[in-house]
Amino acid sequence: MSELNEIMNPIKENICLPEFLVYERPDTLTEQEFHYCPGCGHSTVHKLLMEVVSEMGIVGDTIGVAPVGCSVFAYHYLGVDMQQAAHGRACAVATGIKRVMPEKIVFTYQGDGDLAAIGTAETVHAANRGENLLVIFINNGIYGMTSGQMAPTSLEGMVTTTSPYGRDVLTQGYPLKISELLAHLPGVYYVTRQAVNTAGNVRKTKKALQRGLEYQKKNLGFCLVEVVSNCPSNLKMTPLESNEFVANQMIPFYPLGDIKVPEVK
Amino acid sequence: MGDVKFMKGNEALSEAMIRAGCDAYFGYPITPQSEVLEYLAREATKRTGMVVLQAESEVSAINMIYGAAGCGKRVMTTSSSPGISLMQEGLSYIASAELPCLVANINRGGPGLGTIQPAQGDYFQSVKGGGHGDYHLVVLAPCSVQEMVDYVKLGFELADKYRTPVMILADGAIGQMMEKVELFPQMERVVTDYPWATTGRPAGKDRRYITSLHIQPEKMEEINHTLQAKYKVMQETEVRYQALHLDDAEYLMTGFGLAARICIKAMELGRAKGYKIGMIRPQTLFPFPTKIYAEVAPRIKGILDVEMNAGQMIEDVRLSVEGKTRVEFFGRMGGMIPSPDEILENFEKYFIKGS
Amino acid sequence: MLQEAIFSGFGGQGVLTMGMLLGYAGVIEDKEVTWMPSYGPEMRGGTANCIAIVSDSLISSPIISTFDSAVTLNQPSIEKFEYKVKVGGNIFYDSSNTINPPTREDINIYACPVSEEAIKLRNSKVLNMIMLGAFIEVTKVVKMETLLKALEQVLPERYHKLIPLNKQAIEIGMGLVRK
Repeated sequence: MSELNEIMNPIKENICLPEFLVYERPDTLTEQEFHYCPGCGHSTVHKLLMEVVSEMGIVGDTIGVAPVGCSVFAYHYLGVDMQQAAHGRACAVATGIKRVMPEKIVFTYQGDGDLAAIGTAETVHAANRGENLLVIFINNGIYGMTSGQMAPTSLEGMVTTTSPYGRDVLTQGYPLKISELLAHLPGVYYVTRQAVNTAGNVRKTKKALQRGLEYQKKNLGFCLVEVVSNCPSNLKMTPLESNEFVANQMIPFYPLGDIKVPEVK
Repeated sequence: MGDVKFMKGNEALSEAMIRAGCDAYFGYPITPQSEVLEYLAREATKRTGMVVLQAESEVSAINMIYGAAGCGKRVMTTSSSPGISLMQEGLSYIASAELPCLVANINRGGPGLGTIQPAQGDYFQSVKGGGHGDYHLVVLAPCSVQEMVDYVKLGFELADKYRTPVMILADGAIGQMMEKVELFPQMERVVTDYPWATTGRPAGKDRRYITSLHIQPEKMEEINHTLQAKYKVMQETEVRYQALHLDDAEYLMTGFGLAARICIKAMELGRAKGYKIGMIRPQTLFPFPTKIYAEVAPRIKGILDVEMNAGQMIEDVRLSVEGKTRVEFFGRMGGMIPSPDEILENFEKYFIKGS
Repeated sequence: MLQEAIFSGFGGQGVLTMGMLLGYAGVIEDKEVTWMPSYGPEMRGGTANCIAIVSDSLISSPIISTFDSAVTLNQPSIEKFEYKVKVGGNIFYDSSNTINPPTREDINIYACPVSEEAIKLRNSKVLNMIMLGAFIEVTKVVKMETLLKALEQVLPERYHKLIPLNKQAIEIGMGLVRK
């Protein structure tokens, strides 16, 4: 019993002391408790995004669009004006918002199914029009909300509930590198791929989000921040194992770093 | 007095949109309504600064409408039958999230890709809630180019008043034909300040969010009750119809839009032959003018319902008269237009020769 | 006054324009007007037609099955619409280009050699205006001056130099049917 206790509570000392405080909840994040599974990357990206919004002082100027998928309830947590879009339509909804309120900062927050399957047309055309949006794309290679079905970004051979024998690329298609695809479009200004599986990557993701929003302030074009993330529940892994999966399986196929960066003039 | 012009239905609709102070139009080309996007692209932005954007699909267009309407802007889209089918998901979301917007369907013959000729086969889709869930659009049925203009103004007013999507259900003929029309003067584009609109969280206040998702069934039922209460008020206060010769009518002809207009001619021909025919033309298909049908039903011998479909509005007419009079149907489908003579022949077949 | 007319011919002969100009002119004279085109594939060639109704009072149906006048610029149009003209009505046809002219005895038949006349004017495009001249001379639905005003409204400024030619065409048409 004590052994189990040790596994469940590996932290032996009381470290919840004010002097150990590294960061606080940004005032832009609501007090609503996350419904996300323990260890899920969504919570981290939500926090980072709201930290950036808070630090840039753009709370009153920011309008976000939530997708359908696990982050369908993003508007419960992100303390800015938000709209919830139909599945796949976030980029269209965001276009509608940005076109009538061009002075505002508009972002979408979408998963791989929303952005790269059902919403591919909306994503590609918003990008191609060079809409001044920040698109935050959470790629965890699996459908979370509907419980573990294959995503367009699921890796080759990956077992999901709809690819029970592993993703067979000959019948189920190849994992889609949509960020690379979008980077070719002239309307796209900035594309980067980051992750939140390590502290270092978390910091880089925050910088990327900040860059995306800064570019939008200058109306430079479509910006996409892909975040390679995990899904412990549907991968049937512990949070730590799922982060290892991200490091060992996902990142080798979806390499991190900037895919399209503005030319320095 | 506004300007009097000779205009095509689709262009008059577009001109009315600009003059009504519309903030944004998102649409996708489809015959027979492509003139709308063309006209707006040519005229709107340079005159009022209105946003005009050709979307990549009707699916995208209606979701752009959702986004812009959610910012409290006056927005509109138009399409024709197959495109309107693609918009149904979005319309359901818009109705549920209670966003005001105006949509025009320049109905063409279906089902499927069908034909580009005029038809009224989208009555059920428009009136009964074409998307998922329990909701209604306010549905306005113009029968002339003048009403295309009038209903843009009225449509925006009703959309704002009830925070609801409003549909103008016209058809290819009304979109394509030209008539004399009186245009209302240019209205200011209004900066709204709706408490629900997502325009950026106001300092010191709660942020707003627009959603149609309420996972708790208790909450979702509450939303449904709110919507239904709204529809009930509309049914009590927003019914509009045109009635002719009800004082001496022994028979009625009824229909909406273009079919009704042709019926008026058939009625005139019939009256010249001595038949006492009256006419009811619903201008709002939702809310439907149930009461006037119920009122006249006991004292008339029969109703001929004429539509450019297989018989859709007739269901509402029959529900309204509650069996108190005979209701017969004549319709043409697939883009065919009934002629006044044909209508009168059918009237005589049912009510004069057969009776 | 109520004039329910159909204009019919090959796509490109300007039949839709004839009806439309009549509509513009009707509005200038404060009459009620309705113009209903056949739209679709005909616009890309083949037989096109439009219904134009001009009236002193509100127009009920824009769709009608019989006409006070039929203006037919090709053979198929004559065949299609001759028998849809009301008794005592009018049919106008291009007599320089027709093998089987209309034959009914209970309507007025106006043989107008509009193609020939247009060639004489060295502009085959104005044949519709010549025919329109004949039409208004017979039916009196609008005045010639109003038609010219309508042309001014409809034509972009850079084409206004063509108005005198159109006026000449209308006058020739009027002369063709003047007794």
